[in-house]
Amino acid sequence: MKLKATILAVLLLAAPAMAQDYADEALPNPQQEAQAVALMDTIRCVVCQGQPISGSNADLAGDMRRLIRERIAAGDSPDEVRSWLISKYGDWVSFKPQVKPATLPLWLVPLLALVGGIWLVARRLKRKKD
Amino acid sequence: MTRKWLLWLPFVLGLGLFAVFYLGLRNPTDHVIASRMVGQPLPEFDAKPAMPGQPGAATADFRDGKPRLLNIFASWCVPCVQEIPMLMRLKAAGADIGGIAVHDSTPELARFLAENGNPYSRIGLDEGGRAQIAFGSAGVPETFVVDGKGVIVYQHIGVVTEEDIPRLLAMLGKAQ
Repeated sequence: MKLKATILAVLLLAAPAMAQDYADEALPNPQQEAQAVALMDTIRCVVCQGQPISGSNADLAGDMRRLIRERIAAGDSPDEVRSWLISKYGDWVSFKPQVKPATLPLWLVPLLALVGGIWLVARRLKRKKD
Repeated sequence: MTRKWLLWLPFVLGLGLFAVFYLGLRNPTDHVIASRMVGQPLPEFDAKPAMPGQPGAATADFRDGKPRLLNIFASWCVPCVQEIPMLMRLKAAGADIGGIAVHDSTPELARFLAENGNPYSRIGLDEGGRAQIAFGSAGVPETFVVDGKGVIVYQHIGVVTEEDIPRLLAMLGKAQ
């Protein structure tokens, strides 16, 4: 009887440790865990907005980490999970800008600057030769 | 002459860019994150009853033809206390208010409701913030207006104040 009670007590004490809480626990599959963590590093915490959810102590950030791990474990790709979060909170939630018409300048300006720079230098060099 | 101006152009552009960055760093924006779910059907959620004797909250409860308010709150949330009297007035004017309690527990909620009053027709315990994230809600308190077909038509971020009451009632189709 006493033994039974002891076993029960131990089980009850151990229960929280046994229940998987993916807010702060790694996925068993290391490849999936790496994907999940990489995604968490680029998702903004909506409570403490300068931080990614991977480094935030906010409850809501923990909830998002849990959902991300669950979805990755269920076979969703990181891009699908990112799009899902953007569909809830908008582009602001992602630190990784997507390629779409509104963000085209972001991607094109460095290219244009490079092309313009090459053009300027080329002209200079040509003039010197002349 | 034009060539001379052209040479200065990158410098001026760069200077402008740095001015923008500098100002951005000086005044960090405290961005209000509005939900993208406004205008969309309520996401699937099922929050278990938080209080004995009161139903929980699930998607189907908001599709029965009656427009409702959906208040996201918590017993640990200080501004939520301020909001309860306003919700009580909304309820008195005929509004049906469903509650989603985030990161909360039944005993804590019981204390909160006993102290401040209970304007809710149903309260769901949102375990793991699942409903909150599904709504695109970034904090507490937030109040959504859901039309009778289960579509989110409006999101109010922060405490509901006296000035908000007529607008919310109008959206529920109840003129004061």
